[in-house]
This record gives sequence, C-alpha cells and structure tokens, in this order.
Amino acid sequence: MTVPRFNRGFRLRHDTVRDSWVVLAPERLFALDDHAAEVLKLVDGHRTLDEITGLLSQNYQAPAAEIASDVRSMLDDLVTKGAIQL
Amino acid sequence: MIPGPVRVPEPPLALLAELTHRCPLACPYCANPLDLERASAELDTAGWLRVLDEAAALGVLQVHFSGGEPCSRRDLLEIVSRAYANGLYSNLITSGVTLDEPGVARLVAAGLDHVQLSFQDSEIESGDRIGGLRGGHSKKLVAAGLIRAAGLPLTANFVVHRQNLERLPDMLALGERIGASRIEIAHVQYYGWGLVNRAALMPTLAQLEISTDLVERARIAMHGRVTIDYVVPDYHAARPKACMGGWARRIINITPAGLALPCHAAETLPGFVFPSVRTASLQSIWRDNPLFTRFRGTDWMPEPCRSCDNREIDWGGCRCQALALTGDAAVTDPACSLSPDHHLMAEAVADAAGPAPDFVYRRHRTPALVT
Repeated sequence: MTVPRFNRGFRLRHDTVRDSWVVLAPERLFALDDHAAEVLKLVDGHRTLDEITGLLSQNYQAPAAEIASDVRSMLDDLVTKGAIQL
Repeated sequence: MIPGPVRVPEPPLALLAELTHRCPLACPYCANPLDLERASAELDTAGWLRVLDEAAALGVLQVHFSGGEPCSRRDLLEIVSRAYANGLYSNLITSGVTLDEPGVARLVAAGLDHVQLSFQDSEIESGDRIGGLRGGHSKKLVAAGLIRAAGLPLTANFVVHRQNLERLPDMLALGERIGASRIEIAHVQYYGWGLVNRAALMPTLAQLEISTDLVERARIAMHGRVTIDYVVPDYHAARPKACMGGWARRIINITPAGLALPCHAAETLPGFVFPSVRTASLQSIWRDNPLFTRFRGTDWMPEPCRSCDNREIDWGGCRCQALALTGDAAVTDPACSLSPDHHLMAEAVADAAGPAPDFVYRRHRTPALVT
C-alpha cells in the first residue's frame, strides 16, 4: 500500500495574498497549478494513493486509470525533487 | 503631463532577516557591510516580531534568518515562533558553532523548518584558518549531527574560492556524509569584505571550469538524493546574474538596525535615505520608497540593457557591482560582455593571478580614538 507523504522541510500552503497554492521547500518554492494543488491537498500521510485517485476520479468524473497515471507522474516528479515520499 | 497608471509591484516572496552582525567567525568574504552594526544598534524583539507580521501580510512566504550569526540573538526562539505563527517557512542560516542539543530541540519546537549550515572548507586546518576561529570546523560537524538527529532538513553551504577549490570533491562528499539533502557550492561574490579580499580569493578561469564540471557530474551522481545549487562568480561570465532575482522584485532585506533594503549590499549606494522599519511599514517601503522603485523593472535601464532581449532575464545585473566597479550604480553591470566597462572584470582576474595576499578578516572596526 502506497501512502504518499511530505518529507520534513516541505509544506503545502495556500498563499492567501496571491490566492494560489505552493509547496514551500528548503530555499525554494514550487508554484502549483490547480490540478497539482487538488492532488496535494489530499496528501495527508494517511490516505493511500488508491484512495487519493478514487476521490479525484469522483470529483472530476474521470476514469480512475487516467487519473492514476497523471497523479503518479506528478508525484514522481516531486519525489525526485525531494518533496514527497511514496 | 498626464500621470501614468500607478503600478503596484508584485509582493516579495522572501524576507532576508539579518538579525545581528555579531558572529564568532571572521570569514574574509562575509556578505555583511564593512561597517558592522553593534549590538546596541540592533532592532529589538518587538521590532522583529512586527516585521514578521507585516511581511506575512505583505505576501512573504519564506523568511531566512541570517546575520552575522543569528544564534547570537537571545530572542531567536521568540522570533522563530512568530514566523511559524504567521505561516512563514523559516530557514536558519548559521555557522553552527554555538548550537547544542537542547538549543536545536528548542528551535524545532519553535517551528523552524530548515537549517543552512556554513562550511569554510572540508578539512579542519583550512576551515579554521578561513573562518578565523580555531575549533570552528569540528563544532560545525557536531552541529550537523545534532540538526539531522533532530530531523531537521539540512543544507550544507560551502563558499569556494582559490584557496579551497581544490577540495571541492571532498566538500561534496562531506555534505552527503553529514546527511545534507541540499548542498550549496557558492563561489565568493565580490562585495564588501569579498571585494577587499578579491585578490586573495578570485579563482582562475581554469579553476572555475574544473569546479563547474565537478558540480555537473555530482548533480548527475546524486540525482534524486541531494539537490546541488551552484553559484558562480560573474567575473568570468559573458552575462550578468539576475541579482536578487531583480531589484525589489522577490526579496526584501532587513538589516540588524532595521533598515529595509532591496539587497544586503544596498547600503553602499549613494544618494539614498535608507528606509527604516522603525518609522515606516514594510508595505509602504516595498511599494513606494525611492530606494526600492529606483531600479525596479526596466524603466531605469540605460543602453545596452534597455533594448536587450535579456533585460527581463538578468534585470541589468547587479547595481552594487556596477557601483563598486564603475562608480555609477545606474549603468549596465560590467559583468555583461555588452557593457563598455566589461574589461574591468578581466583586469581583476589578471590582478588575482599572482600570489594570494593575506586575508583581511571581517571584524568590527575599532572605534577611532578621541584625542
């Protein structure tokens, strides 16, 4: 069972002044588009990857397989950046 | 004349909070100004707490606590706590030599997010000599262990120059060994103390090329495990750096005495009354103060910047470097090969080709004797 979680030193935050979501990181930040923000808001260290995909599939009324592939590649990118562990 | 529309600048993303100039080290390339502030001139606790509140309201997302040595401030925990309460991501930029286990635990409890630990070299003898503190290097190694044991993510910062570049592979290995998830290899920048010591620090072009190649290879070898950031000296470059990401675009700097600056070297610029957070809000300073608006954007630019395709990439380079090398802060940074003053860079590199002079260590100036 894969449970994505943020590594220490990486924080998801809503930027109220600019009304956007960002991941704050050591001496950098990653600006998120709406899709990435919707995924990461569900990353709480408890939900499994399947549960996250399932919720997004419901919300967007899109096929789970398609969502799963998008979510996975987005999370893999953040794994490479050190922000997320799977 | 019809006034143009009032332009509201994008808010800053980061606050560089130079809490103090006090420091146990005396590095000869310190980014602090030559005239160091004394403890008695420092902004008080309430002042810093207000700065953090105002910074968060303005749109700042990250705060870098720097110095001097920020751990020299007795109220550091209170200040870090306030950053946390404001949702700010906090980064402690420290020499590490005064950190102990309870101190690190208290910083974690206060909500600190990340530590950047400075190293002067990969080995004791040279590290202690460059930092000007006997025993300093060993204390840094202990501090790194404490930081990682507390679970804090760590950046190992190595400032490199002609007197330590040959050990760059050892520095990269040391960074990885102490558990840094990020390693910063920063060539000395030549302002303030660095400019005073330029001939003792400037690498040759060959040294620079070897170091760049080593960093590129280490990036590939450590991909996915360690992020390596690399800061080059622009004396050998064809294009200037986008200093501070552009003047008054992304970062606001507060000095120990509470002056607000677009960059930490801006106090060298003549003809400005430097705004103080003691008498003005961060918002009004960022938006309206002449020091901030003077070089913001592209309207101020002379040729060759004004018509250059790179003008919104490098933002004309560095104002303080233009001033330091040409005497005029409003000209193209001489680091640019298109600058009519570009020959100054090659001349400085040639000057540094001889034997390295002794360091002028960073110290508080002795007050002049009254006679």
